[in-house]
Amino acid sequence: MIQVLIRVSRRANDLYGIKEILKKYFFLCYNNYYKGGSLMEFIELKDVYKVYKNGVTGLAGVNLKIKKKDFVFIIGHTASGKSTLIKLLYREERPTKGNVSVGGIDVARLRNSKVYKLRRKIGIVFQDYKLLPKLTVYENVAYPLDSYGISSKEIRPKVLAALEQVGLSDKTRSFPHELSGGEQQRVCIARAIANNPKLLLCDEPTGNLDPDTSKEIMDVIEKINKELGTTVVMATHDKDIVNRMKKRVVVIKDGLVDGDYLKGSYKVNESD
Amino acid sequence: MKVIRILGKSFINACKSLVRNLSLSLASITCTIITLILVSIGLLISYNIREITKNIEKELTVVIFMTKDATSEEVIKTKSDLEKIDNVEKVIFTSKDDVKDRFKNDEKWTSIISTLNEDDNPFQDSFEVVVKNVRDINETVTTIKNMDKIDTVKYGENSVNEIVSIFDTIKTGTIVLVGGLVLVTAFLITNTIKITIFSRRKEIDIMRLVGTSNTVIKLPYLTEGLLIGILGSIIPILFTIFGYTLIYSKFSSMTVSNIIGVITLASPEGIIYIASLFLLMLGALTGMFASGIAVRKYLKV
Repeated sequence: MIQVLIRVSRRANDLYGIKEILKKYFFLCYNNYYKGGSLMEFIELKDVYKVYKNGVTGLAGVNLKIKKKDFVFIIGHTASGKSTLIKLLYREERPTKGNVSVGGIDVARLRNSKVYKLRRKIGIVFQDYKLLPKLTVYENVAYPLDSYGISSKEIRPKVLAALEQVGLSDKTRSFPHELSGGEQQRVCIARAIANNPKLLLCDEPTGNLDPDTSKEIMDVIEKINKELGTTVVMATHDKDIVNRMKKRVVVIKDGLVDGDYLKGSYKVNESD
Repeated sequence: MKVIRILGKSFINACKSLVRNLSLSLASITCTIITLILVSIGLLISYNIREITKNIEKELTVVIFMTKDATSEEVIKTKSDLEKIDNVEKVIFTSKDDVKDRFKNDEKWTSIISTLNEDDNPFQDSFEVVVKNVRDINETVTTIKNMDKIDTVKYGENSVNEIVSIFDTIKTGTIVLVGGLVLVTAFLITNTIKITIFSRRKEIDIMRLVGTSNTVIKLPYLTEGLLIGILGSIIPILFTIFGYTLIYSKFSSMTVSNIIGVITLASPEGIIYIASLFLLMLGALTGMFASGIAVRKYLKV
């Protein structure tokens, strides 16, 4: 009797395993063919339009594909639509028309109540750092993980690793107002990468920094891209950085992709 | 474990925020206190009215006067007929001779009664009938009136109805007042939570952007409303338990209650604990409801 039971349970286990494999297989197929993206396309924008309520056009039919582990600059003049593009990727804005897919998630159709699931897979670096002034560096970096309900024990190594990555291991107990702009931005980066995101979105991260500090910050971000394999999409209008880094460059003009240049093939002219 | 951690953090955050916006929190708590005390008074009044009404109904008897020419056989027959009626609980007979004797013994009436002949008796035989169910009293009275040799049937229908209608008015008035006050309190709590949300806008913004779930973002504000409601219900609960017990003991020691008879305060045990629980629930729900509105309206996640 017992042997029969064991046999039945084994059989059930096998069947469960097969079911899981089939599920995974179908999921891959679904992602590949029905969501219109290959596995290599980590981010895909198809015919994306964004018109704001006040009638201003943010994007006017953008098509863009970004592969995993890529480092892409989004450049353009003020109000060209580059910030809108970044905001669409972390679903701060919804496209008026078109599809936006990030890591297999259909961002445009994502319900408000589920947006947090997307954002947990994305790290965001802001121009104004968005740090909490009353929290220390450590607490600021731990803040998101803490709010996910992760235990302090699990948080600690993640935070320390992130702070080490940005070179701020010795500043864990400082408060944001005690840090320089560059250091504050590094805290912001550490917070963004603490949860090992697959994608790092940077919206003008060096906008408030001097050239030397900007260079430091860019080094940190490049290191993250190379060492952790995090895909980086950065909106900027810092010409020096773009020229120096020699990465893929997507130029946005009047809400459209004006040019897409592969690594190092783009050179910003002073007149641009 | 994760849920407990999140709930614990929400609670701590809510407490912090209560202290941070102390003046506003106190205003909301005070408003809750006033409202709930009034609710408590309303509850106690309603409960007492119900009890008093019950007492009055219990005391309510129908008095039946036989016609003067009714013979003793007829009286006995009427008594047994009365006892046969379903709604009749008890029948007490008072003969006209008893009444005459009673008056004769009463100093005020002795002189008048003594002028009467020994055989003359101006009084009537009467029955006092206690009914089982006051609601069916009208039917019972109609049945009695249709019986033979019945002169008049009296019961205090008008005065009872009057008292009950006065009580009903008081009850309705209390409910309207309390309802209005609950709304005012809810509005004040909504405002407090709104200000908390505005003062923490930056933090909420960051939470949203770093992927905190909506529930975790909203929970501290709902907890804060809940806390305001619960804190606001403590004093009204104490008021209900100790205040009412005190009033009851003072009132029952006064002779007034004995004179009035049926109008005595209901004993505290029957009401204070249920009323306290109700106040706590009402406070907590009002707080939650109000903060829920604020969160829905002002916390866009």
